[in-house]
Amino acid sequence: MIKTVYSEVKPYTRGWLALVGGLTAVILAALFAVHTMEHQGHWVTGMTNQVVWGMPHVFAVFLIVAASGALNVASMGSVFGREAYQPLARLSGLVAMALLAGGLAVLVLDLGRPDRLVVAMTHFNFKSIFAWNVILYSGFFAVIGIYMWTMMDWTARRFYKPAALAAFLWRLILTTGTGCIFGFLAAREAYGAAMMAPLFIAHSFAIGLAMFVLVLLVAYKMTRRPLSDELLGRLLRLLGLFVAANLYFMAALHLTQLYFAGRSGVEAFILWEGGTVTSLFWLGQVGLGGIMPLIIAFGGCGHAPRKRLTMASILVVAGGLAQIHVLIIGGQAWPLDLFPGMEVSSSFADGRIHAYTPTLLETLLGLGGVAISLLITVIGVTALRILPTDLAPSTPDRME
Amino acid sequence: MTLLARLLLGLMLTVTAAAAFAADFPALPKARGGDCVAAAPVMRRDHADMLKHQRDDTLRRGIRGVKASLKDCVACHSTDGADAKPVPITAPGQFCQTCHAYVAAKPDCFECHATTTGAAP
Amino acid sequence: MTEVSRRHLLLASGAVLITRAAQARAPGEAASPSQRWGLLIDTAKCDSGCTACIDGCKAEMGLTGHDRPLTDAQYIRKLTVKDPMDGNTHFLPVMCQHCAKPACVDVCPTGASMKRADGIVLVDRHICIGCRYCMMACPYKARSFTHEEQSGQKPHLPRGKGTVEGCTLCVHRIDAGGQPACVEACATKGKGAMLFGDLKDPGSTIARRVAAEATTRIRADLGLGPAVRYQGI
Ligand code: HEC
Ligand code: HEC
Ligand code: HEC
Repeated sequence: MIKTVYSEVKPYTRGWLALVGGLTAVILAALFAVHTMEHQGHWVTGMTNQVVWGMPHVFAVFLIVAASGALNVASMGSVFGREAYQPLARLSGLVAMALLAGGLAVLVLDLGRPDRLVVAMTHFNFKSIFAWNVILYSGFFAVIGIYMWTMMDWTARRFYKPAALAAFLWRLILTTGTGCIFGFLAAREAYGAAMMAPLFIAHSFAIGLAMFVLVLLVAYKMTRRPLSDELLGRLLRLLGLFVAANLYFMAALHLTQLYFAGRSGVEAFILWEGGTVTSLFWLGQVGLGGIMPLIIAFGGCGHAPRKRLTMASILVVAGGLAQIHVLIIGGQAWPLDLFPGMEVSSSFADGRIHAYTPTLLETLLGLGGVAISLLITVIGVTALRILPTDLAPSTPDRME
Repeated sequence: MTLLARLLLGLMLTVTAAAAFAADFPALPKARGGDCVAAAPVMRRDHADMLKHQRDDTLRRGIRGVKASLKDCVACHSTDGADAKPVPITAPGQFCQTCHAYVAAKPDCFECHATTTGAAP
Repeated sequence: MTEVSRRHLLLASGAVLITRAAQARAPGEAASPSQRWGLLIDTAKCDSGCTACIDGCKAEMGLTGHDRPLTDAQYIRKLTVKDPMDGNTHFLPVMCQHCAKPACVDVCPTGASMKRADGIVLVDRHICIGCRYCMMACPYKARSFTHEEQSGQKPHLPRGKGTVEGCTLCVHRIDAGGQPACVEACATKGKGAMLFGDLKDPGSTIARRVAAEATTRIRADLGLGPAVRYQGI
C-alpha cells in the first residue's frame, strides 16, 4: 500500500484570498437578508400562511441531505474497504460537517424567533421527529468529529473501524429522519409516507457525492495537486449509480402515489399541470439531475473524465435543488383537502393552488448557507492536514 | 450565575448600596390600585421568576386569577398621560422600562402583551 | 320590532341560556380533564353572506391585520363547499378543530404546541421558535404565522411577530365562564348556527345533541378526533 501524505493548503495566496473574500461577501449579504427578515417580519419574503416553508428550506434540506451523502466516500473506504477512496476520507468527513453546518444555519436563521435557539436546545418534545432531528444533527457532528480524529491521530487508530461504522450508520439514520419530517405529514398529499425515507437516502448519495466531487476538483485545481483519471472515472461511475438509484426511488414514489386513491390530483399537478413545479420536475429533476448525468457517466462521450465528472456533478447539484424544490414547494402549493371530492373556496385561499414567488432576501439566505459550508471547508483544509498532496499514484487495487 | 446576579442586585438595591445608588436610581412612576402582589424588596428580586412561573401556570395549566399576572402588573403599573390617555408601559420613563433600562434588562414580553389596560394605545 | 329580529333575539337569548353550562373556575384552579370543550355547527343555519362569526372573532382577538390576505392571520374562516356533481353549495366556518390527537402537538419540536387538560389546543408562544412545522402538519390549515410586528393587542390575547397563532377557542372567556366570541356573534347577529359546550358532560345540550343526532367531523378519516362537529354536510 502506498502511504498517503496529507498537507495543509497554503493560505493567503491570491486564489485563496479571492475565494475566501467572495464567500464572506455572500455570507454578509445573507446576514443582511436575515436582519431584514427578522426586523420586518417574514411578510417581506415570498413565504405566506399557505406556503409556510420556502427557499431557505429548499437550501437547508439540500445541504443537510447532501451532508450525509458527502460522508459516503469515507464510508466506501473505511466500511466497505475500497482502498481507492481511503485517501479521500478526511475531506469527505470535513465536507459532510461543513454542509450540515451550513444547512442548519439556514434553518435556524429562518426561524420566526432565532433569538430563542436556546429554547430549542432546552425544550424537547420527544414525540416530535423534528426534535429528534435536532439530536441527530448534533450527534452527527460528534460522530464525524471522532471519526476524523481516529483518522488523523495514529494513537487513536484502534477506534478507527468502530468510529467509521458508527458514522456510516448515523448518517443513514439521519437521512431517514430528514425524510420522515415530510413522510409524517399525513395531510399533505404530495408526501407518500413509505417512499420518503429510501428516496431521501438515494438522493443524499447522489447530491452528497456531487458536492464532494466539486469541492475536490476545485481544491485540486486551485492547489495544483495531481488527480488521477482513474480515480475520477471511478467517482463518475459511482455518481452515475447513485443518480440511477435516485431516479428509481423517485419513479417508485410517483407510481405508488398514482395507485393511492385520492392522490391523483396532486400527482397530476406535479407531473403535468403544475407550471413551474412541473417544469422543475421534468427539466430539472429528471432531465438535468437524472438523465443527463446518466448519459455523461455511462454513455460513450469522448471527453476527459475530469470534464465529464465536473459536468455531471454540476447537473446533479442543479437537479437536486430542483428535486427538493418540487418536494417542498410543490407539496405545499397543492391545497389541503378538507372535503375530498368537493370544490372548496374561502377567504383563506382554500381549494386553490398556492403561488410562491421567492424574493431575493430568502434566496440570499439560502445561498449564504452554501457559502458558510464552503468557507468552513476552505478553513478546514487550510488549518488541518485534510488533502492528500498527490492523488495520482497508480492505485493499488482495482476492485469495483 | 443568575442567582448570584439577583442576590447581588437585591443587595445592591435594598440594603448596602442604597445610599450610594439612591442618587442614580431613577424615580419610578406611582402605581395605581392597592398593594403590590408582594412586598417591594421581594418584587424587585423575584418578579422575573414569579412571572415565568405564572405564565406556565396560566397558559399551560389554565390557572387564572392568581397572583403574578402580567395583565395585572400592567393594570396597576401603567399610567395615564397628561391628556388622560393611557401611556404604553414600554414608553420611556414608565415603570418597568425605567428600571430595566437602569439594569440593562430587555424582556421581550411587550412585543406580544398589551402595553396598556385598554384595547389599543 | 319585526318578527325576524324577535326570533333572532329569542335564539340569541336561548343560545346564551343553553351554554351557561360553562362555569368560571375558582381562582387558582387548573383546567380539568373531566371536561372537553367542543362546538356543534349546523350548516343549515349558516348563510352565504353572513360573516358574524369572523367579525366577532376579529374584534375579540384584536386581529387588525395589514391588508395582506396571504400573510395576515385568520383564526376562523368561512368555507364555501360545492358538490361538483349537482352544484349544491353549503357554507360553514372552520377554525382550529381542537383535536384529541392534534398533529401540531405531535410535531412541535419544543412543546409549544400543546393541549390543555380540557382539550383546548394552544400555542405556548413563550417557547414557540417560529419553525412552522405545526402549520405543515395541520390538516385544517387552522394556524397562521405572525408575519409582522403587531400593535394594539388586546390584553387577553398577546400576539407578536415570529410565532405561530390560531384559534384559542377563546380560552380567556371559557376560563371566566363564558363562551367563544364567534358563537356569541353567531347567536346575536347570525342565525345561531354554533353551539358551544362540554362534550364530556352528559347533561349538556351539545353532548345530548351529539348523542342523539348524526354529526360529522372534517377529515374524520385522519383519526385526529376533532372537537368541532358539523351537521348538514
Ligand atoms: C394591585 C396593584 C399592583 C399590582 C397588580 C402589581 N403591583 Fe407592583 N407595586 C404596586 C405598588 C402600589 C407598589 C409600590 C409599593 C412600595 O413601594 O412599597 C409596587 C411596587 C412594585 C415593585 C417595586 C418597585 C420599587 O419600588 O422598587 C416592583 C418591581 C413591582 N411592583 C412589580 C410588579 C410586577 C412585576 C407585577 C405583576 C406581577 C406587579 N408589580 C403587580 C402595585 C401593584
Ligand atoms: C410571542 C408572544 C408572547 C411573548 C413574547 C410573551 N408572551 Fe406571555 N403570553 C402570550 C400569550 C398568547 C398568552 C396567553 C394569554 C391568555 O390566554 O390569557 C400569554 C400569557 C402570559 C401570562 C399569563 C396571562 C397573564 O396575563 O398573566 C403571563 C404571566 C405571561 N404571558 C408572561 C410573559 C412574560 C413574563 C413574557 C416576557 C418574558 C411574555 N409573557 C412574553 C404571548 C406572549
Ligand atoms: C426595581 C427595578 C425593576 C422594576 C421596577 C421592574 N423590573 Fe423587571 N427586572 C429587573 C431586573 C434587575 C431584572 C433582571 C434580573 C433577573 O433576571 O431577575 C428584571 C427582569 C425581568 C424579567 C425577565 C427578563 C428575562 O429576560 O428573563 C421580566 C419578564 C421582567 N423583569 C418583567 C418586569 C415587568 C413586567 C415589570 C413592570 C411591571 C418590571 N419587570 C419592573 C428589575 C426591575
